[in-house]
Amino acid sequence: MTRVRNDYVLYGAIGVAAIAAPFVFPSFQIQLSFLWLMILFAMTWDIMGGQMGYNSFGNILYFGVGMYVSAVVQVGLFYDVAAYTSAAGANIQSFTPSQFLWGLALGMPVAGLAAAVLAAVLGAGMLGLRGHYFAIGTLGLGILAAELAGAWDYIGAGSGMVPPLFPDGLGSRPRFFYFVLFGIVVAAFFTLRWLYSGRFGLAINAIRDDEDKAEAMGLHTRRYKTVAWGVSAFFLGLAGGPVGAMIGFIDPRDTAFAGTTWGVFMVLMAILGGKGTIWGPVIGATIFHVTQELFWTFLLGWQRVAMGALIVLIVVFFPQGIMGWLRERMPERFGHRVEDSPAGPGD
Amino acid sequence: MDNIQILIDAPSLALQLAIDGILIGAILALAAFGMALVWGVMNIINIAQGEFVIMGGYATLTLTGLGIPPLLTLPLAPVVMFVVGWIIYRIVIFRVVDRDLFISILATFGISILLQQLINQIYGPDIQAVQSGLTTRFFFDDALRLPEIRMLAVGIVIVFGLGLAVFLKSTRMGRAIRATSQNPRAARIMGVDTDKVYATTYALNAAICGAAGSLIVMTLVIGPFSGIVYTVRSFLIVIVAGLGNIPAVIVAAFGLGAAENYAGFILGAEFQVAFVFGLLVVIIVGRNLLLGRQRKYLK
Repeated sequence: MTRVRNDYVLYGAIGVAAIAAPFVFPSFQIQLSFLWLMILFAMTWDIMGGQMGYNSFGNILYFGVGMYVSAVVQVGLFYDVAAYTSAAGANIQSFTPSQFLWGLALGMPVAGLAAAVLAAVLGAGMLGLRGHYFAIGTLGLGILAAELAGAWDYIGAGSGMVPPLFPDGLGSRPRFFYFVLFGIVVAAFFTLRWLYSGRFGLAINAIRDDEDKAEAMGLHTRRYKTVAWGVSAFFLGLAGGPVGAMIGFIDPRDTAFAGTTWGVFMVLMAILGGKGTIWGPVIGATIFHVTQELFWTFLLGWQRVAMGALIVLIVVFFPQGIMGWLRERMPERFGHRVEDSPAGPGD
Repeated sequence: MDNIQILIDAPSLALQLAIDGILIGAILALAAFGMALVWGVMNIINIAQGEFVIMGGYATLTLTGLGIPPLLTLPLAPVVMFVVGWIIYRIVIFRVVDRDLFISILATFGISILLQQLINQIYGPDIQAVQSGLTTRFFFDDALRLPEIRMLAVGIVIVFGLGLAVFLKSTRMGRAIRATSQNPRAARIMGVDTDKVYATTYALNAAICGAAGSLIVMTLVIGPFSGIVYTVRSFLIVIVAGLGNIPAVIVAAFGLGAAENYAGFILGAEFQVAFVFGLLVVIIVGRNLLLGRQRKYLK
């Protein structure tokens, strides 16, 4: 019982801190919004990579799809999309606050559902792959999406797309998106907590530990895998829209399908925090994001080189992650869990 | 599809595309040799493969800038890359050789990002090329055009393929490499220094990529971020041809080069890279679905 009460105290404290943060540090609101985005990236990656043992390098695909779908819906409700994108930069039509809000309110769920449906369709073929074939196949999918988006004129091709700009009269722009992203993360966190605590969590853990045996035990592995990828895609797609609107410009390779930055970061953050735990990705993303912002400030141009080095360092020397390390150090804090290789790298 | 009609109407153009593709495919075969070698011996899928290729190109670029004739850099770039490969093995790769594939994929992915950003910092983001100094030959009343450098590339690939086969077959190190790839534990017991074998294999791979990059900078262009496409191309060739089958690698590479060229012409050049990645997904998913009928999957 105390355990549960501790949990609520913790959630309450984090919630209060998160709601107070943009008011206490108004000049860091954008960075704080990105912090929530990073946490979401790590959490959604961990559904597949950590809990189910399917290491996807292409989950950024769903984020990009969500970003584009949401922008197209937002624009398409009031203007002709092709005309809008071809006029990029010249005379961007303005949106009234209510048009903007309705567009976003409709665009986000549509984007999330579109991403989830895409995951189900792609999953029919991709989720049959195992191990490194899945990893490289998804890597290919992510880059393929970037290349296609960069060549498709309807959504602005390589010159990108400007989503509807945030209108005046809705208060502070960073604060608005901060709370939208915070809301998505809270929804994602509790959805995952609920999913992991039941049959679904056990099933995907069984798939991670030994898929053939899980199948032999009568689990519909394909169904669970598809649902897991769909949930992951849904939240990524949901976040795509507000992030596109927050940045104010969608570049196919650097914002929407940023495989070599966000696409890798999501893997890395989950590993840093500890794969296959609910808090690991949250902690990993927080530490990673703060470190990244420090690099960004002090390294002037060399930050991406340092990022590459950091990836190698974390993967080679710290693959068990913070939660895995803690579990090794003080197993009693994690209860009597019978596990041969706690949070170790899966096969 | 108007462009298909053009191809049918102008067979010489169709032939030109196929030959161009095959000649480029020859260079891709080099990178694929290296990938198959590292994969087969060390059980590592080297995502940094493309960056090694690109670095070979930049090595040629730098050496040419120092006043060395471009063609003379062809043997020098592999030497430079051999050293680079050895250093990377000594710093990172030896720590991940025995670990599971996910760790090594991610570690080489990190190396790949590190290298491409390093190149970007040093040489800038622009695409660059080097003039080889060789001319282009024309056949059949100028209907067919063959740049000499590309023909040279095919020659080099065949020499490398044969050289690699002989090296693996009959030298002491080659035998050690083959023994290690069969069973590293047994090889170690029999007195093979597997660490040295892995270092040589990885450095050799980098050297082969260096040669490929050196040819690419003289036939096409290179840029700091074009590496990943070469990684995927090598991976594609290897999974189609299988590990340890040198003639099949060459054939698959020719096929990929030609297919890519046709796709670039028919779909438009902006879709050529997308075609490579699309092909990757289609081939692995397709092969996996075929295996799935026997309740197996790609390993």
